[in-house]
Amino acid sequence: MKEELLSILEKNSRIDFSELAVLLGVSEEEVLKQLSELEKEGVICGYHTLINWEKTSIEKVMALIEVKLTLQRGRGFDSIAERIYNYPEVRAVYLISGGYDLLVILEEKTLKEIASFVSGKLSTIDGVLSTATHFILKKYKDHGTILNKEDKDEREVITP
Amino acid sequence: MRKFLSDSVINIKPSGIRKFFDIVSEMKDAISLGVGEPDFDTPWHIREEGIYALERGKTFYTSNAGLKDLRFEISKYLKRHFELNYNPENEILVTVGGSEAIDIGLRAVINPGDEVIIPQPSYVSYEPCAILAGAKPVIIDLKAENEFRLTADELLSAITDKTKVLILPYPNNPTGAIMEREDLEKIAKVIKEKDILVMSDEIYSELTYKGKHVSIAELDGMKERTILINGFSKSYAMTGWRLGYACAPKELIQQMTKIHQFAIMCAPTTSQYAAVEALKTGDEDVIKMRQAYNQRRRFLMDAFKKMGLSCFEPYGAFYVFPCIKEFGMTSEEFATKFLQEEKVALVPGTAFGDCGEGFLRISYAYSLENLKIAIGRLEHFISRLRSEN
Repeated sequence: MKEELLSILEKNSRIDFSELAVLLGVSEEEVLKQLSELEKEGVICGYHTLINWEKTSIEKVMALIEVKLTLQRGRGFDSIAERIYNYPEVRAVYLISGGYDLLVILEEKTLKEIASFVSGKLSTIDGVLSTATHFILKKYKDHGTILNKEDKDEREVITP
Repeated sequence: MRKFLSDSVINIKPSGIRKFFDIVSEMKDAISLGVGEPDFDTPWHIREEGIYALERGKTFYTSNAGLKDLRFEISKYLKRHFELNYNPENEILVTVGGSEAIDIGLRAVINPGDEVIIPQPSYVSYEPCAILAGAKPVIIDLKAENEFRLTADELLSAITDKTKVLILPYPNNPTGAIMEREDLEKIAKVIKEKDILVMSDEIYSELTYKGKHVSIAELDGMKERTILINGFSKSYAMTGWRLGYACAPKELIQQMTKIHQFAIMCAPTTSQYAAVEALKTGDEDVIKMRQAYNQRRRFLMDAFKKMGLSCFEPYGAFYVFPCIKEFGMTSEEFATKFLQEEKVALVPGTAFGDCGEGFLRISYAYSLENLKIAIGRLEHFISRLRSEN
């Protein structure tokens, strides 16, 4: 039931307790109990909204930055990652297997700000060996949701 | 022109659904809960296999019985999900949807005057297919108080010495009823005693919400007298691919294959390749869709309870079958008035047999958002009816 609860919430965090209880076939108390547990355990980390900023007049620039690290004694991935993710403009940081070490997702208002973050802040962190910055040109799908998808029912209206 | 036409075809009455369809089609802004197919798209990996098959030039006929790979996968699937062992070499026939399997299965067993027992409410094609095969349909009116399950007594009283085959349509369209193991055991006993066949249409077998579906062919001594029908339409959301299959003893499959070979040749090749992929790696998709249907089912049952609309709890397919007898209207009157006043299309229960009178079929192959809007209108409608009375 936990998994089902989480997958409903992942798609719709605005759903209320009573509806959750109906959909899952359990009592509201049970839902509340599960939710508070999941929040306390840090399984549920927030109730965010998926926004397609491209449809607003607000300018946003997003970049994916591949970061290569050189590790020193006493300074592992985690401590370097921490120095990066503490910047609020950093949206996400992932440790990656393969050709580079960290994937940093950065969101800023302008290209210039991204450039200055990479050259002024990111590259100067101890242990950062090199970076490669990729700008996102268009988002097709985000958080499992296809953006700009027209929801049209193509079925015949009545079928046996 | 009339003199050129076949009497037996002329005498078949057109589907009750068709009539309603014409009314709905004229209303542009109506929303529908009348659809008998999944709202999900076919999972992408399955569609891709279809596309690859075309790219690789798999555009020829397959063998009459269907791709060998597909028959092997069907056999493995039936073993994995049910306690069924069918030999892919000679006990499985790939058909153009479950519909074709129903048609040729009946034609392969009927001699003139044989009787086919059809429990109703049920899918619209059993009766016409039986008639076209030259049989006499014998209808059993299923009862709401039995949750529309078939009982051994009902079956016994319909059997005569002309009875050839019972059609067993569970999980059921339109009622959403299921038959659990103990229900099936009682039926199986009668079938064996009376030495008749059963055609078990299990097209909704993946969509049950109270334990796992049990096939009647799993029961002792039943495989040799069962034509099992299943397909890809409902379980993998593949209605438009037109692909189903029949499993039966090899003597029967042999005769069915003959009809299939002359009437159809083989099921669509692209669809067969896609179906191989569905069976190999589609289990996860089925689980996800089933979970979504189950949430909607719970939502509807809760909504009916709140508005005081009587409905037994269905545990199969994606239909609920509420009773509207309290409003003193026929199903068709209710559905027509509801459509005109609230612009929501439902199917009157009578489209699935006379005993569907007093009931409506509501499909939950719709998103929760759509269901909420439609159910809001239903609530509005029935509270007005109640205040008028």
